[in-house]
Amino acid sequence: MNIPEKKSPKNLFNSFLKSIKSFVNILPVLIGVVLLLGLFRVNVSPRIISSVFRGNLWIDSIIGSIMGSLSAGNPITSYIIGDQLLKGGVDLFAVTAFIIAWVTVGIIQLPAEAAVLGKRFAFIRNLLSFILAILASMATVSVLNLIQ
Amino acid sequence: MKNKKKKKKRNLGGLIFLSSVFILYSILFFIIPDKTLISLKTSGNFFLKLIPILLLVILFMGLLDFFLIPKSISKHLGKKSGFKGWAIAITAGILSHGPIYAWYPLLKELKTQGMRTGLIIVFLYNRAIKIPLLPVLIAFFGLKFTVVLLIWTVTASLIEAKAMEILE
Repeated sequence: MNIPEKKSPKNLFNSFLKSIKSFVNILPVLIGVVLLLGLFRVNVSPRIISSVFRGNLWIDSIIGSIMGSLSAGNPITSYIIGDQLLKGGVDLFAVTAFIIAWVTVGIIQLPAEAAVLGKRFAFIRNLLSFILAILASMATVSVLNLIQ
Repeated sequence: MKNKKKKKKRNLGGLIFLSSVFILYSILFFIIPDKTLISLKTSGNFFLKLIPILLLVILFMGLLDFFLIPKSISKHLGKKSGFKGWAIAITAGILSHGPIYAWYPLLKELKTQGMRTGLIIVFLYNRAIKIPLLPVLIAFFGLKFTVVLLIWTVTASLIEAKAMEILE
């Protein structure tokens, strides 16, 4: 059988070599981001997050999005904090913005995203995600109010 | 030549970033030694959890580079991919696991081979929906909230993709 040039075993090896090389290139940023995540997890408690809300619907939605953007980790953590915030009297708008921004905006991961996908891409994507976290939270809560 | 220079500059940027984090750790070690050590240990645990996902992504990238030719990427995920492209990106985003940054190199590779920017945005945004975590979200906020939130998440991902393509 005639194996085309692209599919030779040598090319398979080269493909994996290329893949490993691109990972080695981003490894310093990746390690840096993981180290920052460790610092965040240990030093920023849910109590610190809940202490910044002010009781104003609009301002709290923006604060929710900011706090979600600055936070990182498993989304379950954001659900637990969100639940505590709701019980503490924070509005559902702000809590929804917080849990959306938690998973869609990544300030801690920004250096890694910028290094690999480009600074402009990373900056615009995170900025849009930040704004959309507020808008999507308003849309979600408004629809909920309508159907309830 | 210009690309090589750019790559070198980018690598240097990564090393500067890592050095800054090390400096931050060193300063914090003198202020809050116990918490800094726990942070370091937590980071080590994060990294250990990350290894299988990184290996999976390296495997994906290698196989992708070997089997896929830019023409087929353009066809399925390129500018003219249409509804199918959006559907693939949304599904892949929802099904993908592990931290977001583990997927950046694969997305860069796909972009180089012709993947539409909007689809990268949609993939990254829909990682917000995690099927295994849905029961937890329902338990905390209820089924109605979860369903409405998911619909708006997908909608927001498409809005962001379009906005990004206009701004790019």
